[in-house]
Amino acid sequence: MILRLIERAAVFLVSLAVSSVLVFAFMAVLPGDPARVALGVNASDQAVAELRRQFGLDRPLPTQYFDWLGGLLHGDLGTSYVSKVAIGPQVFDRLQVTLWLVVAGMVIALVVAVPAGTVMAARHRKVSGFALSAVSQVGVAVPAFLAGILLIVVFAVKLGWLPANGWTPPAQDPGMFLKQLILPALSLGLVQGAVLTRYVRSAVLDVLREDYLRTARAKGLRPFQALWRHGLRNAAVPVVTVLGLQLATLLIGAVVVERVFVIPGLGSLLLDGVSNRDLLLVQDVVMVLVLAVLLVNFIVDLLYVALDPRLRTAS
Amino acid sequence: MKRLNPSLVAGGVIVGVIVLMALVSFVWTPYDATLVTPASRLLKPSWSHWFGTDKFGRDVLSQIMVGSRTTLFVGVVAVGVAAVIGVPLGILAAMVRRWSSEVIMRANDLLLAFPALLLAIMFGAVFGASTLTAMVAIGIASVPGFARVIRSGALQVMRTEYVLAARAAGRRPWPIAVRHVLPNVTSLITVQASVSFAIAVLAEAALSFLGYGTPPPTPSWGRMLQESQEFLFSAPRLAIFPGVAIAIAVLGFNLLGDGLRDRFDPKLEDRR
Repeated sequence: MILRLIERAAVFLVSLAVSSVLVFAFMAVLPGDPARVALGVNASDQAVAELRRQFGLDRPLPTQYFDWLGGLLHGDLGTSYVSKVAIGPQVFDRLQVTLWLVVAGMVIALVVAVPAGTVMAARHRKVSGFALSAVSQVGVAVPAFLAGILLIVVFAVKLGWLPANGWTPPAQDPGMFLKQLILPALSLGLVQGAVLTRYVRSAVLDVLREDYLRTARAKGLRPFQALWRHGLRNAAVPVVTVLGLQLATLLIGAVVVERVFVIPGLGSLLLDGVSNRDLLLVQDVVMVLVLAVLLVNFIVDLLYVALDPRLRTAS
Repeated sequence: MKRLNPSLVAGGVIVGVIVLMALVSFVWTPYDATLVTPASRLLKPSWSHWFGTDKFGRDVLSQIMVGSRTTLFVGVVAVGVAAVIGVPLGILAAMVRRWSSEVIMRANDLLLAFPALLLAIMFGAVFGASTLTAMVAIGIASVPGFARVIRSGALQVMRTEYVLAARAAGRRPWPIAVRHVLPNVTSLITVQASVSFAIAVLAEAALSFLGYGTPPPTPSWGRMLQESQEFLFSAPRLAIFPGVAIAIAVLGFNLLGDGLRDRFDPKLEDRR
């Protein structure tokens, strides 16, 4: 087990190192130089040279890379070439907003998917199971930002129950915060829920075919009792894996949903950075998102070992 | 004779209709999809404009029809890029020694940390947003899916007796890959292509919505959605038509993928 944990941690760290090189290299192969991009085409050569020196862009690439990486490890994301403002605090603020969305979306997805998927599996030869399958198939086909637009049309435009967009920090006005969180969280959560439902269904179907469940039924447990006591933990292993992958999807989905609901999260920061040609900011935000995805996968790997005793003894 | 399954039929019909719509749009649309007519802006659906008109007076139905070309074009190129890289990679990973295979698959996993949208935004930041960057980014992001599925299929083929026989007869790896492995994973390629197509349609829509996909004036469903946002209160129908088009297209390719998978592997039919 310890060996397995060390192996997973090593894979995580190597992946992180390689992706940091990739992100840096990708931004470094830019057709133009970042200083000229930041100052615009009309800037004098002297001003460009000055900015390059100021931000250390005149140093060799490996030096720049290790400098950037060293900063990242200390939580220093550098200073924007365009706005001349420190990037770290901005990213940190925006990340909190995005995390609210992602966590709320995940909770909604789970609340939808676990019961719906279980019912679909338990009744997979009945009309109710088939109907739920059809609904989930349609849900999978709707992108989160489209769900967001449709929810706005119904709940903000037609019914006027909830605000169409905006963001208020929870500390400032908890009521408004919740009101503004509901629609974006639903648009992320319902869509992910539809995807997750299909995995829950297939995982529960697999468990339903197991001998131990037949034994439980033979002891006199009702189908849902047997599932509850013996099935769900076993069905959880594949579902947790998918959940991890989905967290990554949610994080990226949030980028677009933030645009729909005009929410100042990490996604908006990234897109603003791209349109302002603020390349260091883009590089930092991409790295933070990649780090988040890798970290989630690493945690899923650990959970996997914790949930499945066979994996613990195997090594 | 195998029984046709409902997913395959429904998916096939939907995809067929979209392809037909795209083909028809080359020779006929109700109006010129890019024709700006200020006099007839924001018209409601009527006999002359079935889906109404947008803020520039362009016919929405015509835009949806021409937009299907964009969707299919991006999907075909993106899936092509993914297959051309992913299939050989998967077969290679199944045929090389264990540690080389491990390196290939780890690199493949690493690519999963760069989802299509993130990759396309990065490409957009560096090369400028265009249909080409979107297609390439979506294609590269779809490589891991192909490589993974094809590798597991190819591993099974490598254990079959005819491959063992071919190896025993002294055949070199390259001919074995082309003559024996590739033909036996084509069903997997077809299924993965259909599933990836659905993902590509979603990604293209999201990118055009954000302004990183197909630039104007070429009609694109995602950009129609983006342009509809300022009229959500006055003319929500402008969001509904392209939105439904996107959802139906994704549904079609997903169903087709499911149906094909069931057809190629009937054991699985019960599970879907």
